[in-house]
Amino acid sequence: MKVPGTGLAKGLAVTLNTMGRRAVTQQYPDVKPELPPRSRGVIALLEENCTVCMLCARECPDWCIYIDSHKETIPAPPGGRERQRNVLERFDIDFSLCMYCGICIEVCPFDALFWSPEFEYSELDIRDLTHGKDRLGQWMATVPPPPAHDEHGVRPKEIDAAHKAADKAAEAADKAASPGPALDNAAEAAPEVVEP
Amino acid sequence: MSELLEVVLRLVLVLAAFLTLPLLVGQAEHKVMGHMQSRVGPMYAGGFHGWAQLVADGVKFAQKEDIVPAAADRAVFKLAPAVALIPYLVVLVAIPVSPDWVGQELDAGIFFVIAVMGIGVLGSLMAGWASANKYSLIGGLRSAAQLLAYELPFLLAAASIAMAAGTLSLSGIVVAWEPWWLIWQLPGAVVFFVAGLAELQRPPFDMPVADSEIIFGAYTEYTGLRFALFLLAEYAGIVVLCALTTVLFLGGWRGPFDDALFGIPGLLWTLAKTFALAFVVIWLRVAYPRLREDQLQRLAWQGLVPLALGQLALTGVVVVAT
Repeated sequence: MKVPGTGLAKGLAVTLNTMGRRAVTQQYPDVKPELPPRSRGVIALLEENCTVCMLCARECPDWCIYIDSHKETIPAPPGGRERQRNVLERFDIDFSLCMYCGICIEVCPFDALFWSPEFEYSELDIRDLTHGKDRLGQWMATVPPPPAHDEHGVRPKEIDAAHKAADKAAEAADKAASPGPALDNAAEAAPEVVEP
Repeated sequence: MSELLEVVLRLVLVLAAFLTLPLLVGQAEHKVMGHMQSRVGPMYAGGFHGWAQLVADGVKFAQKEDIVPAAADRAVFKLAPAVALIPYLVVLVAIPVSPDWVGQELDAGIFFVIAVMGIGVLGSLMAGWASANKYSLIGGLRSAAQLLAYELPFLLAAASIAMAAGTLSLSGIVVAWEPWWLIWQLPGAVVFFVAGLAELQRPPFDMPVADSEIIFGAYTEYTGLRFALFLLAEYAGIVVLCALTTVLFLGGWRGPFDDALFGIPGLLWTLAKTFALAFVVIWLRVAYPRLREDQLQRLAWQGLVPLALGQLALTGVVVVAT
């Protein structure tokens, strides 16, 4: 049987318990938040790596990356011929349009773009949200080192390929030394070479 | 001359209590409510855990423009906050906090106190009528309905304790009070407290100011200092209700150790009990959702009135028998 008033008492108990617990409030401007790794705050540009391939600007879903460049001729070294090189003039990202999808960073073949967790770059004028290449370059200092590889995750293909090649070489060497128990040795040796 | 000085001194002390205790309760409400909702409440004003939040609020209210709607009944509109606030000040004069500390001892104290407390609701009625706003009017009418419904159990519960003590004097009731009355008069105490909460229009009985449906009820059109006075009246009402419940049902200045009656410890007992009750008031506000208008009326007429009548009958039987 349900005693009348238990619901009321339960309500009081819940609020009293909550009062005893620590508040979940974060004192944000005084205490900076602990952001998870790979937080998407702002996009940083490593100018030296940019080859003006324009992939990022073309892949951007809302076209918020503006790139200008010109070609420069490098004088021919002795015995060689003249070469041309792209020089970046302007690299702007308009963060009032950016939707933080990260496609530009994914698509960049030369690792010139990075996520930075910094998020405090609000402006009073919307035009100031367009960051030039200097401002984007300054964000590079805030880019965290890439997080360590998850030991239970799928290994990078390069490492697997290297292991495969090494195993094959070892097997071949074993076969050459003693034709008898070569297979057993290889089977035992294989699980040990997991991580470099 | 010295008699006059004493009267003035008492009144000044009552006024000081009237101006500080509601602020303490208000601040406690900010912090307790915050922590009960897993927040921290105000943290900046004053530097240490937002202790000056209500002072800052007061300054803000004082700076605001005092607007009277064009269609409003000006005189009534302007008078309403005073009518809401002053009764609680008057009631505080008659409440004894210790044998010596009382603004003015009255022979029919309980009668006076309940009569004057009823006036407080008149303030929100006047505000509701004078604002010339449909939401204000609905809020005012709900206030009136609530007052009608809850004044009866409020009075019956008070009558029960007066009958038990055999006196109408508040100090006399505390003197006659005995610890076992805590159990004997428990239903009366609960009825008195709940009905008092409803008269103050505190959540969960805040249908007259239900902000999700009628904006802020009778106080919709108020701004600035007049609005602040209504808020102050609410917190003064909490102090008065808790002090009254303490005096009538919890033995006022009498603690478990009757020997330590120097006056000051008695005062501390009264204050401690009052603030414990004020905490309960805040607690109820956080824990319970608002009662619908029909639930509100049903609780009064089908719950509290029969309970209060039963308590009255029980008190009568016990008083006659012993």
